[in-house]
This record gives sequence, structure tokens and C-alpha cells, in this order.
Amino acid sequence: MPGGILSFLIFFPIISGILIGIFSENKFLKINIKKTSLLITGIQLILSILIYFSYDKTIGGFQFIDYFDSWIPFEAFTARYIVGIDGLSAPLVLLTGILGFCSVIASMNIQLRQKEYFMWLLVLQGVVTGVFASLDLLLLFVFWEAELIPMYFLISIWGSGRAHYSAMKFLIFTLTSGALLLIGIISLYFSTGTFVMFDITELGLSGIVNSNLSLAIPAIFIFFIFFIGFAIKLPLFPVHSWLPDAHTDAPTAVSIMLAGVLLKMGGYGLLRINVDLFHYIDPSILTDLGPYFAIIGAFSVIYGAILTIQQTDLKRLIAFSSVSHMGYVILGFSSYSAFASVGSTEGLGGTALQLFTHGTITGLAFLLVGLTYERTHTRYIPHLGGLVNKMPLITTFFVIAGFASLGLPGLSGFVAELMIFVGTFKMGSLYAVSTIVAVFGVVLAAGYTLWMIQRAYFGKEVKGDSPVAKIFDQLTDLNKLELLSVVILTITIVVVGIYPSIITDVLDIGVGEIFTR
Amino acid sequence: MTNNELVWIIFLLPLSSFLINGILIAFTKFNIKTISGPLNVLTIGSSFLICLFILINGIGSSFDYQSGSFQWFSFGIFEITMGILLDPLTLIMITVVTGISFLIQIYSLAYMEHDEGYSRYFTYMALFTTSMLGLVFSKNLIQLFIFWELVGATSYLLIGFWFNKQSAIKAAKKAFLMTRIGDFGLIIGILLIAKQGSQYLDITQFYIAVQNGIFTTEILTLVGLLVVIGAVGKSAQFPLHNWLPDAMEGPTPVSALLHSATMVTAGVFLLARMFPLISAIEIVSTTVAYIGGFTLIFASTMALVSNDIKRVLAYSSISQLGYMFLALGTGAYGAAILHLFTHAWFKALLFLGAGSVGHAVHTFDMTKMGGLKDHMKITYWTMILAAISLIGIFPFSGFWSKDEVLLGVSKDSNILFLMGLFGVILTGFYMTRMMLMTFFGDFKGGESGLEEKSLHESPKFMIYPMILLAIPSVIIGFFVSSPIDLGIIDKHIMVSFLDHNKLVFPDLHHHEIKFNFLLAIVSSLLAISGILIAIFTSRSNIDLKFARKILVNKYYLDYLYEEIITENLFYKRLVKLLDFIETNFIDKASHILSNSLRWVSNKFAITQNGQLQIQSITFFISLLIIIAGYFSWLYLGGN
Repeated sequence: MPGGILSFLIFFPIISGILIGIFSENKFLKINIKKTSLLITGIQLILSILIYFSYDKTIGGFQFIDYFDSWIPFEAFTARYIVGIDGLSAPLVLLTGILGFCSVIASMNIQLRQKEYFMWLLVLQGVVTGVFASLDLLLLFVFWEAELIPMYFLISIWGSGRAHYSAMKFLIFTLTSGALLLIGIISLYFSTGTFVMFDITELGLSGIVNSNLSLAIPAIFIFFIFFIGFAIKLPLFPVHSWLPDAHTDAPTAVSIMLAGVLLKMGGYGLLRINVDLFHYIDPSILTDLGPYFAIIGAFSVIYGAILTIQQTDLKRLIAFSSVSHMGYVILGFSSYSAFASVGSTEGLGGTALQLFTHGTITGLAFLLVGLTYERTHTRYIPHLGGLVNKMPLITTFFVIAGFASLGLPGLSGFVAELMIFVGTFKMGSLYAVSTIVAVFGVVLAAGYTLWMIQRAYFGKEVKGDSPVAKIFDQLTDLNKLELLSVVILTITIVVVGIYPSIITDVLDIGVGEIFTR
Repeated sequence: MTNNELVWIIFLLPLSSFLINGILIAFTKFNIKTISGPLNVLTIGSSFLICLFILINGIGSSFDYQSGSFQWFSFGIFEITMGILLDPLTLIMITVVTGISFLIQIYSLAYMEHDEGYSRYFTYMALFTTSMLGLVFSKNLIQLFIFWELVGATSYLLIGFWFNKQSAIKAAKKAFLMTRIGDFGLIIGILLIAKQGSQYLDITQFYIAVQNGIFTTEILTLVGLLVVIGAVGKSAQFPLHNWLPDAMEGPTPVSALLHSATMVTAGVFLLARMFPLISAIEIVSTTVAYIGGFTLIFASTMALVSNDIKRVLAYSSISQLGYMFLALGTGAYGAAILHLFTHAWFKALLFLGAGSVGHAVHTFDMTKMGGLKDHMKITYWTMILAAISLIGIFPFSGFWSKDEVLLGVSKDSNILFLMGLFGVILTGFYMTRMMLMTFFGDFKGGESGLEEKSLHESPKFMIYPMILLAIPSVIIGFFVSSPIDLGIIDKHIMVSFLDHNKLVFPDLHHHEIKFNFLLAIVSSLLAISGILIAIFTSRSNIDLKFARKILVNKYYLDYLYEEIITENLFYKRLVKLLDFIETNFIDKASHILSNSLRWVSNKFAITQNGQLQIQSITFFISLLIIIAGYFSWLYLGGN
């Protein structure tokens, strides 16, 4: 792989998106925005696959590093531009590539202000890739905040329902999360004098960070600043209330990106900073507090699942199920132990895998719901029914997505959840109880998933005063392009379910290195 | 080729059928109706032949277990291997699964011929068979759990096959959810084993560890009870039984397969697979035995009053599975599997017969049948053979296996033995009642007032498998459990084959199997008395209203689960409570926060309104605060 490839992956969609926004429609030039966007994200997809598979597992560590020393060159304040990926972030970069392509396909029916829409969508993809690839905390923060701009416009302009309200709610919550992040980053900077992650790790190893920190702010305080910041993004009970609104009102493609990639920024942050960095700053915090995090995680799983059961809007239902599924992330996160270098790491690995698998599974679910909504013009479950008669393919893939989401073996969700359960269960009795509670969430997941499939897709075709009844005969199934995006996601889900090593081998390196830097 | 390679082929054949059919349906316009059914018949049939080949080679000789495994994935020190464990138990199971599935595929060719979802049906059936095969040869508990869940998921698809029928979808959902409650127990049991070390997830390693006392008794007891929960869910034992009667909503051949060889037998298989664990812990084995003993009577009583022919058969399956649990709980390992083996053939036949009857009269309500014996001779004769076999009359198949079960139980506990004997009377009663209502008396018009003349026998693709199934239903019990040596076939060949499993019984115990004449006579007399009571009561009009009401309402358990627990407690209380919290506290909190911020900023805005007086006051107050702050900092020892 040539150097600069990772930077290309980040800035290619951003720059080409802006170019589309400015130049695509004027009196000299008129290009097909949709096809161009498809081409750009197609290139991104292929590149991210190539990068993922050329990550050298025998060497490990950070690879594809692009280094630019004087990004912000002040005497007392050196922020560097460093991007690179390791075993933890490589699958997430791949995920962004896959979902970015699918989200453009899901946008093929956008009519309103096309060039701005695709500009923002492309910028979003580049910026999110930047979050996963940043190795400098300040750079990470810049990307983290930059993601807000496209999201705000995408939800408020192209959204439905209470789009402005939801966009604003999303903005405020995420800004809060970003503010906390900034406080944390600055605190770390003043105790270490650097923003670069592996420098902090190195200083942490020599014990400097902790002694400096304890003078100013206790490490546990910074830990929680970061934790809350990421928990909002994840989202975790009780700071999740922005998610259902944002999801419900966002356009399909944005829901896919939001559930599939943006939530993963929270989980990634937890692993990268609260686990990886704090392993070198003060490993006792998470080790001691682990059981409490396990309880919060398990509670979030059950709370989200029970609320999911009574949703009547397809999108809102999947959004709440995301809250439930992200509870597993916290559960796996809690299984960290300072002594894991001699113990086991599968809980953390499960967390990292859950980020990837949930991205593809929920991405697929939102994609299919979006495609259904485009046809039926309603997502209200009592107005739907019997869609299988007109949309056998959508239904089939939806059943697969549903099965994956309820943790059916053979599909990817199971592997991640199993690893989390195994890893957390053995840590101790409070962990074990939390795990058992969380496993029961899988039973509830079966309940709401099958209930939704039964009401919306199976059964007799709707009659009576449902708006769908009038247009039922004109409903169509997937077209070729839509089928392509659905198949890409389904293949990812099935392949990871049957042959998990394709992801876990890389994650194994990433998680293992946390303890052996 | 080695046996292991052959087992892979047995597994891959139906899998390939599933993949070919599935891909053709989803991505092409090709009309696959011509090939999907025959493809299943061909692949599953070939698998069956290979199974027979291995079985016949293996059963006489001193067959030893064989296994091979590969790594599925590993993470840190956590490793999951997969592979094949081919011991006598697996060998018998794969033969039953492929054999019965093969005949049911042939039957389905005709039964499903005019159905719109013909190809989809065969796709699911191929996956169903594949999953069950994967389950029975799994070498690792995680691998077993994967196929265990796949069996559940495909049965969901098959029970809900007619997705336009709301009742079918509901039944499918119920089946999946209730078995999932059992799976919840099983996976926690597996987690508990994984906690001891991921190498113990390998079944052979687990056996060795249990036999050498590596785990503490508490852990083994917990794991055992959790595994039993899983088995109870899958095998529809009390209290997780009520999904099975509803599962009738699927096509009849599906019921035939689900009740005989796949799905419900998975629970019994799991207990047999975990037999070293079950038998090592007294509490666990007693629990299994009493669950079985109670369920076999409990389910039979509901069969006494049901008027739906498929429901009667469903309750009888639950009851017969209860016998298998009873046998496993009392240590009669061989007898339990023997009963599973013989039961599979005649239960499949009974369901196919019920399907054939339903095909003719368009209903499964027995009050609308009657007098069919003259119109459907082959269905009548094959079904009566199967019924007699199920009741357990000498020398039919069911007699031999039920006898072995009772013999095993009699050595262990008198109460359980009496429960088993009582079940024999009930079985005789409800099967006779079913046959009388269906085939004897006057024809009562079928679903839509059919003419009696229009009744006819089912097409030959449906009839042939029934005839083929009738043969093992009658004779196989005698051959595999003969009380005397039959030249090439030794006496009690299947039980001794199973008991020679070095994995399960490492210190080879040569317990002599004796045929007990007294027991055989007693159980036969009880069975016959059940038949006679049924004939007698059908002529008189005895009606125990109160008992009948309870039984028809299935002991109100459906009501308890669905109305009280799910609807009232869960939906109306818990879900509403959490929804209240979500909207009034969690979501409200962000509103209150933003409103209060707005309020505060409105108040502070006054200080910056541009009036010189206000501005200067603001300035001085701020200055005072800063100075006060600086001095207090100094005072507190700042530097």
C-alpha cells in the first residue's frame, strides 16, 4: 500500500464532496451527482477493503501511519497530524467504507437539494473515518466535532417529522459530549504535554502521568469526563434520549450512518481512551469499578429492550433496540481487568466486534425499513401488514437482519455477544449476575423482533382505512442497485457469523496490544 | 474414506440443497419448482444411504467413537474448536434424522404440489435437516448450541410457513420464544462451563473432566439443572410444553418431521449427550425423571379430550418424550434412545396419516370425520399399525422400547414406575379414541359438507412413504431389541451398542439385559385395558364436566402465560412503567435542563442590556467577585 493511503481515505470524500457542492451544477458543467457519489463511495469501499486486508497481522501495531509534524506549530503547543490504524480501528474503518457505500445507494430517491445532500453525506463519511484513524487526541477531537455539521443539516433539512427539533436535540447532546471530551483531552495535555496517544502511553508507563495528574485533577475524574462523553454518543441509559428522535426523523441514509458508524465512535472512544490510555494512566479505576459498569450495561440492555417492545414506529423500534444492543458494549467494556494481560481479553474483543456487527446488522435493518418506507409512505406498524406478498425479497432480508439482531448463531451478532458473555461472566459474581440479566435481553430481543416482523411484513395484506391499503397493489420489491447494497451487508453478516476469524484475528491483535505496548 | 469424511458428506449434501434452492429463489427468475423437491429427495436420500452404510458396518463390531476437530476461532486464550463426534448415539441419531426426513420429502412432493411456496418449503426443509444433523454430530458445546438455535429458527420458518395466516405466524413466534426461554438456561450453563476454561467446551474433554472430578459438585449441579432447562424447552416438557400443540399450524409433513426426528428430540438428545453429567449428580437426574414422569401423565390427560387429530398426536409426542426423560433420569440411557428411535418411525407415520386424512376431509377436527376406514384403506391400515405400536402391544416396535424404559425405571423408583405404568393406560385410551373418532362410525361431513362418495385415498407419493414407514413401525423394535439372538443380529443389539460407548461409560460395564416377562404381561394388560375403556366409553355417555373443562382449557396454562404474565404483568405493568419513566423523567430531564438554561440566560441578559447604569453595576459587581475570589484563593493557601 502506498503511503498517504489513509489520509486519502479521509480527505478524498471530503474534498470531492465539497467540489460537488460547489461545481456540480453551473452553466459550464452538469454532472450526475448520484452516479458520481456512488463512484466516490465505491472507491472508498474498495480502498477500505484493501486497507483492511493488507493490515499486516504478523507485525501488528499501528500501520499506514501518515505523519505531519507541524500541523499547529506553536512553541508551547504542538499538535501533530498523525493518522494510522491498528487492530481496534481497522474493522471500523472497513465498516465505514461499507456503510458509506450503502448509504449512498439508499439515497437514490433524494430529490430535494441534491448537491448539498450528497456533499454533506460524503463529508460525513470522510470525517468519521478521520475519527477512527486519528492517533492525536486533538485531531480526534476536531473530527469528532466536525461530524456534527453535516449531521445537523442532513437531519434538519432532509428529515421528516419533527426534523428541526430532533436535529437540535442531537446537536446539543453531541456538543455536550464533545465539550466533555475537550476537557478530558486538555487535562491529559497539561499533565503530559502531548496530544499524541502513544506518547501518553509511554509517559504513562513511566508513571509520570499519574503523578502529574494527581496534583491537578484526580485521574478518576478525567476517566469519568471521558466516560460520560462517550456514553452520550454510544448512547447509554440515561443519556440516550436523543437517539430515538434523531433516528426517527433522519432520512434513511443518515439513520444508517448514525446507527452504523456514529454510535460506534462512542464505543471506539471507550476502548481507545478509557481502556487503552487509562490502562497506562491508572488501571485500577476500571478494574475496581468494573462491576458497576456491568450493572449499568445490563440495565441498559433490559431497559432498551423493554421500551423497544412497545414501539409502533419501525424506525423508532430499531433505534430503541440500538440502545439495548449498546448496553452489551458497556457490559463487555466492564470486563476489563488490569491483570488481563495474564488473564483473558475476549470481553473487550467482543465489545469491539459488537461495534462492527451491530453496525452492519442495524445498518441493514435501517436500510430495509427505509426502502419499505419509500414504498409505503408510513412506518406506523398497525398500518402495515402482509408486505411479504409484494416484497418477498425485502421481507427475506429483513428476517435475516432480525435473526442477526436477536443473536441467532451463524450470523455475526451471536459471535460478538457470546464473546462478551463469556468474557464478562467469569470475572466475578456481580459480573455473572449482570451477564445473566443481559442474556435475558436476548430473549426479549427475540420477542420484539419477531413481533415486528409478524405485524409489519407477515399476515394478511392490510385492508380498511390504512393508507397502505390503497397503494398495496403498486408496491414493488428491491431493484438491482438496492439489492446490491442489501446483499453486501448480508454477506458481511453471514461471513462474520460463519468465519469470525476474518475480524477477530485483527481484533485479537488490537486488544492484545492494549496490554503489551 | 474414513467415517468422519463420510459424516461431512452426510452433512454437506442437504446443506448444498439448501444453498442451491435458496440462491435460485432469491436471485433468479428461474422456475425451480421442477428441481427443488427432487433435489431434496436426492440429497437427503443419499445421506440416508451413507448413514445406513456406516451403521451396518459399525453396529456389529466393537464400534469405537471417532472425532476430529479444527479451530473455529480464537481470541487470546479463549478458543473454540469445532468438529465431528461420531459415537453410537450420533450414529443412531443421524440415521433416524436422514431416514425419516427422506421419506417425508417424498411425501411432501405430493402434499405440497399445489402450494405457492413449494420451493421455499423445500429450501427450509433442507436447512432443517442440515441443522439437526449438525446438532447431533457436534463435538463442541458452542457448535452444538449454534445448530440448536438454527433448528429453532428453521422450525420458526416452517411453522410460520403460511405467513398469510395470522395464527401460523403467532404459533411460530410462540414456539421460538418458549424454546428461547429454555435456550437462555442452556447458554448460561455453557457460560458456566466456559468459565472453567474454554477447553472444556469440547464435549470429550468435558466428559473426562466430569469423570475425573475436576469440577466441584455445586458447579456440576448448576450446569446440569441449566442444561435441563434447555432440554425442557426444546422437548416441550412441562412447564414449557404449550408451544408444541400450537405448532400444528405449519404444513403437516413439517409436524411429522418436527415431532419424530428433529426439533423435539433435540432436547432428549442433549440430555443423552450430557449423560455423564446428568447421571453423576443425583439432584439433576431426579429432576429429569420427575419432569418426565409428570409430563407424560399431564400431556396424556389433555390428549384424552382433544378433538383435533394433530393435537392428540402432539400431546402424545409430549407424553412419549416424557418417557424418554423418565428413562434418562433413571439411568436407562440405552432405553431412552431406543424409545426415541422406535417412536420416530411410528410418530412420523401417524402424522403423515393425519395429513392424508386432512387431505381428504379438509379439516383436522375429528368431530367432523368418522367412517373413513372404508374410503381410505391404506391410510387406515398403516395408521392402525402405528397406533398399536405407539400403545405398545406385543410384538410391535413400541412394545419393545416402552418395555425397556419401564424395566429401567422399575429398578430405580416405585413412584416413577407407577407413573410410567399409568401412562400406558392413558396412551391406550387416547389413541383408541382417536382411531375410533376418525375411522369408525358414520361420516360426519368434513369441513364443508363433503359427499361421502367423494372421499378418496391420497395420491401415491403420499401413500408410499406411509407404507415404507409402516414396516419399521411394526418390526424394527423386535430387530433392534430382540430378547433372543437372531443369528446375525444379537439380542438387545441397540441398547448394548449404546452401552458400549467408551466415552460415556469409560469403565465398560457389562450389565446383562434381561427380558422381564412379568413386566411385559402387566404393561400389555394395562395397554389393552386402556383400549377397552376407550371403546366402552365411546358407547356410553359418561361426561365428567368439571375435569373436562380443565382439560379442554389445557389446565389454564396458556391463559396463565399469555393473559396474566405476558399481557397483564409484562405489557400492562412493566412496559407501561418504563415508558412512563422514559417520557416523564429521562426525556423530560433534557427539556427541563434546556428550559432552565433559557430562563437563566433570560435573567442574565438584563445585565447586558446596554443601559449605562445597569452596565456599570454589572461591572462593579463582577470586579468585586474577582477580587474576592483572588483573596479567598490566597487565604486558602494558593500560590
